[in-house]
Amino acid sequence: MELHRQLANLRQSFFDQGYLDEQFIQLEELQDDANPNFVEEVVTLFYKDSARLIHSIDQALEKQPLDFAKLDSYMHQFKGSSSSIGAKKVNTECTQFREYCRAGNVEGCKRTFQQLKREYAVLRKKLEAYFQFARQIGPIEMASRPN
Amino acid sequence: MEKMADELHVLAVDDSHVDRKVIERLLKISSCKVTAVESGRRALQYLGLDGEKTSVGIDGLKVNLILTDYSMPGMTGYELLKKIKESSALSKIPVVIMSSEKILPRIDRCLEEGAEEFLLKPVKLSDVKRLKNFILRGEGDNEETDKRIKEGSSRKRKFQDDSLTQSVPSSLVTGHDIQSTPESSAASVSQQPLSKQPKIG
Repeated sequence: MELHRQLANLRQSFFDQGYLDEQFIQLEELQDDANPNFVEEVVTLFYKDSARLIHSIDQALEKQPLDFAKLDSYMHQFKGSSSSIGAKKVNTECTQFREYCRAGNVEGCKRTFQQLKREYAVLRKKLEAYFQFARQIGPIEMASRPN
Repeated sequence: MEKMADELHVLAVDDSHVDRKVIERLLKISSCKVTAVESGRRALQYLGLDGEKTSVGIDGLKVNLILTDYSMPGMTGYELLKKIKESSALSKIPVVIMSSEKILPRIDRCLEEGAEEFLLKPVKLSDVKRLKNFILRGEGDNEETDKRIKEGSSRKRKFQDDSLTQSVPSSLVTGHDIQSTPESSAASVSQQPLSKQPKIG
């Protein structure tokens, strides 16, 4: 049981430290025995979308002058998917970025985007470790079988 | 042939992979049949409105509800809504718009164009359950619906009944214990569009 408690604590830390919000729990509630990996599947789609968007935004930030409308549009998508999985800190950066976009603030956009990429990388690492750990220790039923 | 009770067929339209997957799951858990497409264009193709002959017989796979994102490249959810409402074949299918942005003029415009409801993303299971109950109650009852519209009640009232006391909702939904009956929709106030004067057509 100790490992499952560790997993539970790890999961709780994501909420306590603000990496994830209530929406993640909403996704967990959609998971069941018939769809045991639903959350991880959704999160994997999020990684895929994010990688594509990060690449597009990186490229767009190289252009001069910046196309703020385009950047805002990319970030709208990013914000949408991060909000759909409950990625709270990433979401906050997206909002900040869009504000800078609307203000036409080049430095603000670039700085915020670096911050966003950092938050995204941290979250991704944490979630990957979490799902891997969960898979390794297996469902609770197995752990409580006597040796 | 009328659809079987409890087996709604929902056409979900969203350009986001993540959101399509989530909405599909929400609908399946709510015992709905789901067809998820990525664009307004694909939705129109599926519905047989694109002018081309499709292999999908509308009668065989009757759509009971269209749930579409607002912001999509190419054709927005609003434009899709318009096309559906302009079609004599499809205008009676209820259309619900989803958006991550609570922009009041946008909401008003959609409702005026005939959207049944406007949902704030991320969509929750309680939203889907509420939608489903509404559709099931209203289905096959178009006469009563038309009568209600003539009498001046807003379309939204089908959801909200008497609970139209809207304080400006916050866009963050916290963990309310949301029941799936419209009477308690005050708890899900952040997902409700604001009241407006009904447009009598």
